[in-house]
Amino acid sequence: MKSSVITFPGSNCDRDMDVALTKFGFKNKMVWHNDQELPKSDLIVLPGGFSYGDYLRCGSMASKSKIMHSVINFAKSGGLVMGICNGFQILVESGLVPGVLLRNKYLQFICKNVHVKVDNKENTFFKNLDKKVLEFHIAHNEGNYFCTNDQLKEIEDNNQIAIYYCDQNGNTNDQINPNGSIKNIAGIFNKEKNVLGMMPHPERMIDESLSGEDGSIFFKNLLNNIK
Amino acid sequence: MLVNEKIAIEHGLKSDEYKKICKLLKRTPNITELGIFSAMWNEHCSYKSSRIHLKKLHTKGKKVIQGPGENAGVIDIEDGDAIVFKIESHNHPSFIEPYQGAATGVGGIMRDVFTMGARPIANLNSIHFGSTQNKKTKNLLRGVVHGIGGYGNCMGVPTIAGQTSFDRSYNGNILVNAMTLGLVKKDKIFYSKAAGLNKPVIYVGSKTGRDGIHGASMASASFDEKIEEKKPTVQVGDPFTEKLLLEACLELMSGDSIIAIQDMGAAGLTSSSIEMASKGNLGIEINLNKVPCRETKMTPYEIMLSESQERMLIVLESGKEEIAKKIFDKWNLDFAVIGKTTNTKNIELFFDNKQVANIPVNTLVENSPMYDRKWKKSKLPKKNKIDKTTLKSLKIKDTLKKILSSPNVCSKEWIWQQYDHTVMGDTIQKPGGDSGVVRVHKTDKAIAATVDSSATYCWAHPLTGGKQVVCETWRNLISVGAKPIAVTNCLNFGSPEKEENMGEFVECVQGISEACKYLDYPVVSGNVSFYNETKDIGIKPTPTIGGVGLIKDYKKMITMDFKEIDNIVLVIGKTEGHIDQSLLSRIILNENNGPPPEVNLFNEKNNGLTLLNLMEKNFIKSAHDVSLGGIITALSKMCLKGNKGIQIKKPNFLINEIEYFFAEDQGRYLIEINAKDLKEVSKILDKNSVHYDEIGKIIDKEMIIDQKTKLTIDELKSYNTNWLKSYMD
Repeated sequence: MKSSVITFPGSNCDRDMDVALTKFGFKNKMVWHNDQELPKSDLIVLPGGFSYGDYLRCGSMASKSKIMHSVINFAKSGGLVMGICNGFQILVESGLVPGVLLRNKYLQFICKNVHVKVDNKENTFFKNLDKKVLEFHIAHNEGNYFCTNDQLKEIEDNNQIAIYYCDQNGNTNDQINPNGSIKNIAGIFNKEKNVLGMMPHPERMIDESLSGEDGSIFFKNLLNNIK
Repeated sequence: MLVNEKIAIEHGLKSDEYKKICKLLKRTPNITELGIFSAMWNEHCSYKSSRIHLKKLHTKGKKVIQGPGENAGVIDIEDGDAIVFKIESHNHPSFIEPYQGAATGVGGIMRDVFTMGARPIANLNSIHFGSTQNKKTKNLLRGVVHGIGGYGNCMGVPTIAGQTSFDRSYNGNILVNAMTLGLVKKDKIFYSKAAGLNKPVIYVGSKTGRDGIHGASMASASFDEKIEEKKPTVQVGDPFTEKLLLEACLELMSGDSIIAIQDMGAAGLTSSSIEMASKGNLGIEINLNKVPCRETKMTPYEIMLSESQERMLIVLESGKEEIAKKIFDKWNLDFAVIGKTTNTKNIELFFDNKQVANIPVNTLVENSPMYDRKWKKSKLPKKNKIDKTTLKSLKIKDTLKKILSSPNVCSKEWIWQQYDHTVMGDTIQKPGGDSGVVRVHKTDKAIAATVDSSATYCWAHPLTGGKQVVCETWRNLISVGAKPIAVTNCLNFGSPEKEENMGEFVECVQGISEACKYLDYPVVSGNVSFYNETKDIGIKPTPTIGGVGLIKDYKKMITMDFKEIDNIVLVIGKTEGHIDQSLLSRIILNENNGPPPEVNLFNEKNNGLTLLNLMEKNFIKSAHDVSLGGIITALSKMCLKGNKGIQIKKPNFLINEIEYFFAEDQGRYLIEINAKDLKEVSKILDKNSVHYDEIGKIIDKEMIIDQKTKLTIDELKSYNTNWLKSYMD
């Protein structure tokens, strides 16, 4: 299976994502933001980092870069696109997934392990996953998901919420919400479920010496689903 | 503008230093030249008060590839890999503007490391604030933490360990020391020594603005009440540009275009150009009209003294300009050929077709002032007579609670959760352990790093304190299973013009040197920060040591959390009951006098190396060094991290129970071993003459000290984890 990771100026999880995808059997290519064409891919990943320094709204500059035209077309024709952290912010800014990402509720960068509940398994990203709760890792300053009531209704009606912040038993409540996200939303799909944006970094959880191994479960499952 | 002695003094030069300049030049300098001299001759750049003593540091060893004198030190970690590392202070700017001061401190030290061709793989920091009662402390802490995170997180370099302390002596002068480690191939290290004539001198990175002019001079003076007016001399950081600069430089370095490279740190274009020329024994000619400027009508004086961040100076091989330019264009960074190397051995500056400065390089470097300042030797304070009945009246539980929740012992999670400590995907020991550990990407090796200082001990007796800090970092590395290799030091002191402060400096340096030599743990880089004083009140002497060690097989790394019920816990090293200068003495008994605990270098080395031997044989399940707060504090941390308890059995000693539990004798560790290994472990310890006591057995969820004194793990956690968060909220 072929994947491509886009490097924007200021991306800093591009290498980590490359390491993870390669480890689990993807043939991965790194793509420069200024390129116009995407290599033939089964999956496009927008990695974490601080594209353009996040000096304007996070992700907004990157969403206008050359390669994003191709990414948007790829997504609209049904191709799989995943945005992690800053990549999620870029997806939001480019309109591929609904909503916005505000600054964390307590106005601080947060780096820690969190649990997320997988709600919807009728999609390529989470199909056949045999766990309901995954332990992932977050590291962000602007992960506070927000949308209008109308949007929320639409998202819920369409089953677009991918993952929720929860405790280790899968309970979602305010106390375990790390950044103030509406409804504890940690990740979201587009309507067609071929685009996933999420704040947690599965690529940081890919072996027992790191923060955990649930990232391995996620990537292995994803690869099997694409095959 | 005509230069005279008065103007020279306004630039921070002394009257006799000005006379020396005139004599060396055989004329009066113009204003640009005076600016250059003042920048090169200030304490921060010239080390004029410290140089004579720094020569005594132990800097050599088999693993040292590059010692002090370059942008950073370099050590060999085998298989053709090397680690580049250094620590640096950014104290003065951080007090004036905590966010930018701390951020640019982190940016500056990372630049020092990637200038040498290394990709930064870990950041650490040692930060010190005034009393928690002081009204400025909270904002300073918040600003500094935001600044460190803001820069390091954006760069995508994990911040893996650190140290935070609070002490009244930092009320008017906080300390912000930042350390970076980078990874490089041994045969791809870059240096700052220029070579060859007529080679192009290239400016890359951000544009030059008026920010930070005379920053290094500010760092070489004490503060007074007008300090807030110095805000314009604090630089502004742009981590995004630095990330681009990092990638662009590493891309250029993968080829063979670069002869020499130097970042523009303190004193900007001045010190970088002079450094390269001086090391290469060459001259440099610069056309200042070619320097990319952010603001209009900047004068030669301003261009030379600006401390705008994220800039580099490179001497290229002739003919490689186009290749280099293409790379910097790709990363959207400024690139300009601004001059060339010459054989004049002078620095010659041109502006609007006129020569605006012409100074022999050696007058700025070799002939810079060096002082053998007067210093006062300190006496070892007399031991306090501690009233045994007072000690006996203390309740262990209450005392432990106070110590675990005291600002200098409590969990610093509130701080390190704001730092990205997992990016790059190789962090295998996070902040909160004895050392941070990162894997060497795609190998079985890992690098452990720690940073420490013990101002209280250094204040009580600088010589002992200096030794102690080195040993503390040594123990932190041993505790995670790393073989200590080398250190970097950041020497934070008051005014060198005061005999007491100078004495503290001289004796701390001596202590550091003795310990480094004995432990074969050389100093490979560092910096000195003097004048940490406000209105004549100086800080406690605070030499900060950053230690680096190697774990050959990362799967053998040790952590401090208790692993398994029924395992046995041993105290390694002898407990004599030294209470003076301990946390118990200072915060419970309110006694601030007396000598610090004695440092026995033989025991330090012997205990440490014996533990490494036991770890190699897989006997040790968890380990933690005993430091502030003594054995019981260390045990508590192992319990709460592992979510397990301990049934303590106090060894039969003549000393009081409180003394046994809270004493801060040096050279000690706690280790967890399997009961079945006790015999074999004892044999090895005995054979190596290492003193040990059995202190207890791991049990579930409770610390049982005696039948009347029990603490649950949740209690220990709440004492330890809540204080800082509630203080900051």
